[in-house]
Amino acid sequence: MATVTFDHVTKKYGDVLAVNDLNLAINEGEFMVLVGPSGCGKTTSLRMIAGLEEISSGELKIGDRIVNDVPPKDRDIAMVFQSYALYPHMTVRDNMAFGLKLRKLPKSDIEKRVNEAAGILSLDKLLDRKPKELSGGQRQRVALGRAIVREPAVFLMDEPLSNLDAKLRVQTRAEIARLHQRMGTTFVYVTHDQVEAMTMGTRIAVMSDGLLQQVGTPQVLYDTPSNRFVAGFIGSPAMNFVEVTADNGKLVGPEGWVAELPGRLRNAVGAVNGRKLIAGFRPEHLELKEAEGQTVTVPGRADVVEYLGNEELLHVTALGKDVVAIVDSDNRVKPGDVLQLLLPYTKLHLFDAESGASLISEREQVAA
Amino acid sequence: MSTNVATERIAVPAGETVSARVLRALNRTPVHIFLGIIAVIWLAPTIGLLVTSFRPRSDIQSTGWWEVLGTLRFTLENYQSVINANGMGRAFLNSLFIAVPSTLLPLLVCSLAAYAFSWLRFPFRDTIFLVIVALLMVPVQVAFLPVQQLFAPLKLTQGFFGIWLAHTAFALPFGIFLLRNFFITLPRDLIEAARIDGSSTLGVFRNIVVPLSVPALAAYGIFQFLWVWNDLLMALIFIGNNANYPMTIQVTTLLGTYGSEWHLLAASAFLLMFVPLAVFFSLQRYFVQGLLAGSVK
Repeated sequence: MATVTFDHVTKKYGDVLAVNDLNLAINEGEFMVLVGPSGCGKTTSLRMIAGLEEISSGELKIGDRIVNDVPPKDRDIAMVFQSYALYPHMTVRDNMAFGLKLRKLPKSDIEKRVNEAAGILSLDKLLDRKPKELSGGQRQRVALGRAIVREPAVFLMDEPLSNLDAKLRVQTRAEIARLHQRMGTTFVYVTHDQVEAMTMGTRIAVMSDGLLQQVGTPQVLYDTPSNRFVAGFIGSPAMNFVEVTADNGKLVGPEGWVAELPGRLRNAVGAVNGRKLIAGFRPEHLELKEAEGQTVTVPGRADVVEYLGNEELLHVTALGKDVVAIVDSDNRVKPGDVLQLLLPYTKLHLFDAESGASLISEREQVAA
Repeated sequence: MSTNVATERIAVPAGETVSARVLRALNRTPVHIFLGIIAVIWLAPTIGLLVTSFRPRSDIQSTGWWEVLGTLRFTLENYQSVINANGMGRAFLNSLFIAVPSTLLPLLVCSLAAYAFSWLRFPFRDTIFLVIVALLMVPVQVAFLPVQQLFAPLKLTQGFFGIWLAHTAFALPFGIFLLRNFFITLPRDLIEAARIDGSSTLGVFRNIVVPLSVPALAAYGIFQFLWVWNDLLMALIFIGNNANYPMTIQVTTLLGTYGSEWHLLAASAFLLMFVPLAVFFSLQRYFVQGLLAGSVK
């Protein structure tokens, strides 16, 4: 077990900044998920921990040791690749034992560890097969097994589920989570899928354009995104955004929509009139009949209704945009219905239109 | 060959009716006949040589080899006299002694160099590689004299060392070019996985790159062996000692001495051909497809 610390780490490819001044402390035994759209620098960050990419500037520590110039084999890490990267000319057993043999472990130890890992991952019967004789899910488990037997201080995983079909992905997701609980080792997991991030991570680091946007538990990211990017990235379906203008403690939106702000939000917006803002609210927080606390009404007309069983996903034309809402399917909304959607003020997010930063800090959210 | 296996696998869909199978066979018959004719034309001189080499001298001088069916007279005398009396046995060993190290040495040097050019980082890597590729354009012949003059004072041409070095040196550009272009297609993830698992730079080469490049290495090995085995020019220049002459030189000597002795020429020519054929057929099983199957996807 070990911590991983990024201290002002930057990675440049020529003039391109792949990772820009990353500061991130990953705790011992934590399941840290790096998430973001492709090209955001998450994989590069992971590869820097692995030692597969050089660090342009800054310091990277595993435990107390600065590892900037330590070769991958001496970092006490194991990595699971997106492509599995199994050695095609070796059997499953040899694939798993390869790293142990290179470390000159006694034969009996190797045997014991491989058999144990094979037991955990139900690979017992496949040990003498070659990778080409395995299905995708089995190959994935071998790749996991190859990492487990090493008993490393840090596990690195680079989108390990993206080549599996949907059903297998959910299964393996749980399997990896169980593995983490069982081993208690530090995991660093890269994915572009926010559902994976939310379900698996102890904490999540959201990245975009090489910059770390926000780090926090899934709940913190969901409840109090620190900027518009995180707000839009976390949560499915994505948050609705509407351009509004601040005016004397009120928000003025398109089509004459006005929202009278309660005190807390009024403070956050400040006294400046005419400030351009973005109002954000999640589809699941819009209600049709009744909602808790003080609410504001969003009028609109339903265009498309997607019936999901217990709930309905509505595409509503409101405030001049396509607004998505999820409501209870008892409401039986039909296309063309005119709706009055209720939005509790506690669920309203406000972002600066220019910087995208949230106006509501975590502290105020808690106080409310 | 491996391609046969591949076409068979493609061509036999499951649950085919008898008539469909007959129809398919009929469809392919013209192609097969055509291929057969080409193969026969191609093989005719070789078969002629083989038959001739086993015929008595008098027969060869009176009738053509295709008339052998009428007489069916064969003898091993030609081979006996070529191997014993004309020094061909000695030359055969010399040829082996030249060709085997001149194949293994380039294989070793080229694969290591190609590995460096494909997977290690060092300054001017790609520039140096381009220079090496450019060396492919240099005709071997222009370098003969300078190299020979370099070897002479060192007495390298007395034994076999000179020709080993010369063959290795002239083989490098093509070998490095060929193997580098193969190595570079290996999946990067595999190499990185091995590095994380604890392989050293040389360990990655030994445990991952070489086992996965067997087809390319075998192809290059065959190519280089055939080239060296059939070489006459470089042997003439870089072998100073008559006792070390390979078969190619020995056959030309026969040609000069016994210009009309077809029975000896045929036997020695077939001896010369035999080894390349054996090498080719023994190594061709390494031309397997799908060595990388199952590793990355």
